[in-house]
Amino acid sequence: MLSPPLLWFLVIYLTSLVLMLVTGFWSVNGFTSQIDHHLTGQNFSQITAGAYPSIIGRTVLLAVLVTVTDAIVAFPFAYVMARVATQRTQRILLGAVLLPLWASYLAKVYAWISILEKGGALNWTFSKVGLPNPNLGFTNGAMWIAFCYIWLPYMIVPIYGALERIPSSLLDASADLGGSSWSTLRRVILPLALPGLAAGSIFTFSLTLGDYVTPLLIGGSNSTLIGNAIYENLLTGGNLPLAAALSTVPIAVMIIYLGIAKRLGAFEAL
Amino acid sequence: MRRRLARASLWLWVLGVLFFLFAPIATIVLFGFDRSNVETWPIQHWTLSWYSVAWHDPQVRAAFALSLKAAFAATILSLVLGSMAAFGVHRARFFGRDSISLLLILPLALPGIITGVALNSAFQWAGIQLSIWTIIVGHTTFCIVVIYNNVIARLRRTSNTLLEASADLGATAVQTFRFVTLPTIATALVSGALLAFALSFDEVIVTTFTAGAQNTLPIWIFGAIRLGQQLPEVNVVVTMVVVLMFIPILIAARLTGSENFAPRVAATQPK
Repeated sequence: MLSPPLLWFLVIYLTSLVLMLVTGFWSVNGFTSQIDHHLTGQNFSQITAGAYPSIIGRTVLLAVLVTVTDAIVAFPFAYVMARVATQRTQRILLGAVLLPLWASYLAKVYAWISILEKGGALNWTFSKVGLPNPNLGFTNGAMWIAFCYIWLPYMIVPIYGALERIPSSLLDASADLGGSSWSTLRRVILPLALPGLAAGSIFTFSLTLGDYVTPLLIGGSNSTLIGNAIYENLLTGGNLPLAAALSTVPIAVMIIYLGIAKRLGAFEAL
Repeated sequence: MRRRLARASLWLWVLGVLFFLFAPIATIVLFGFDRSNVETWPIQHWTLSWYSVAWHDPQVRAAFALSLKAAFAATILSLVLGSMAAFGVHRARFFGRDSISLLLILPLALPGIITGVALNSAFQWAGIQLSIWTIIVGHTTFCIVVIYNNVIARLRRTSNTLLEASADLGATAVQTFRFVTLPTIATALVSGALLAFALSFDEVIVTTFTAGAQNTLPIWIFGAIRLGQQLPEVNVVVTMVVVLMFIPILIAARLTGSENFAPRVAATQPK
């Protein structure tokens, strides 16, 4: 039973991953544009110099920023869903989170282009209120908003799951022992919600880390992320080995991140 | 008093988030009816003509057909492979079951571009021309886990006594599968298939690296936005994609409830 799916993953997925790593050590012959299969470390030394370190830094910073923002926006919402709302409202709210999660990815990016560009709804609203135009279209700020929007449901769902599983008796106990609602929140609810937060953050972080579509469409001239560098080297530059070497960066970052998330219990308590 | 204030601000927050979640989608739908070529808010004149333009655009039609074919094939393949994996893992009690779950999840948990570049490296190395088949291979790889999650969750909740009763009453293994197992997992299969279809139909990050010169619908949309061409049509096409995705999603939710509904999120749950 297990062999066909395992074979698929071994032959197609894992072999491809290994080949990608090996390709990172190959190079492109400058005259023939063919791939030269002699092993070399030049791609890896290339990505530690020039514009690449700042591209990598920007990507990781943005991924962290998006993750933190989404966590802050998601937590009160998930809390209401799990602990305040009636069962009926709870179901409606869950549906209200899952529908945008499944709305087309490109539709969501394009929606934010329409809203943030010069003639868009945001500038219009600001001028109606009498504030100066924010002109956020095609900037890093636009990229940040779009990413936060697209990945928000991925953060809400696991936090909601973690909060919903807290037995009410724990909160009663905390109150009986004289804990204020603030200290109950800080010392009971937050620690128990942490695994959900960590699980959600895996997606907000990982999905931002490898994206090239959103920065290309809604970002500005300073919005190049690792994904864009990979995309351009492979599809316009024809330099697959350099693209492959660059692809190891998100993998390495994700391995470190998953290690941290595992310590926080992201894989257990959900 | 303080309690009521806290409650009120929590609900205000919820309303704010709901507005944040739905206003952009509403905007895009509204712009589909904007007569102007250049988007400006608020919309001045309304029209339905972009729907007709998009409907008659041969490029859109071809891309739509390719997306449907690829999603259909990827769904069938992952139905077979995903449910096999679920049965195998459910039945076996061996060391390393968790590693199998982890392996199946990887294509959804790692950034999509990794899968894309990896497959592209492999296809180039093996001298395989990019075609609809390479698209299908890529999509199947990340859709398997969706079926797997749905089916294994159902199997876990099904009592073994049903299978034992069937065997005691003299049913053959095939009969038990046909009359006991299949009916119990049927809705999980259908719901998984619908989710896999929607996931595949909308995918752009991996597809870019496995499609070559062909356009799936998301790749057509991506190109059009990037070049700033046919934007009124993009509004319409994107609205249609949203609507087309909501239908299978709503049916899937009806069938299995919303627990396995967010495949990436469900992927982190221990099985």
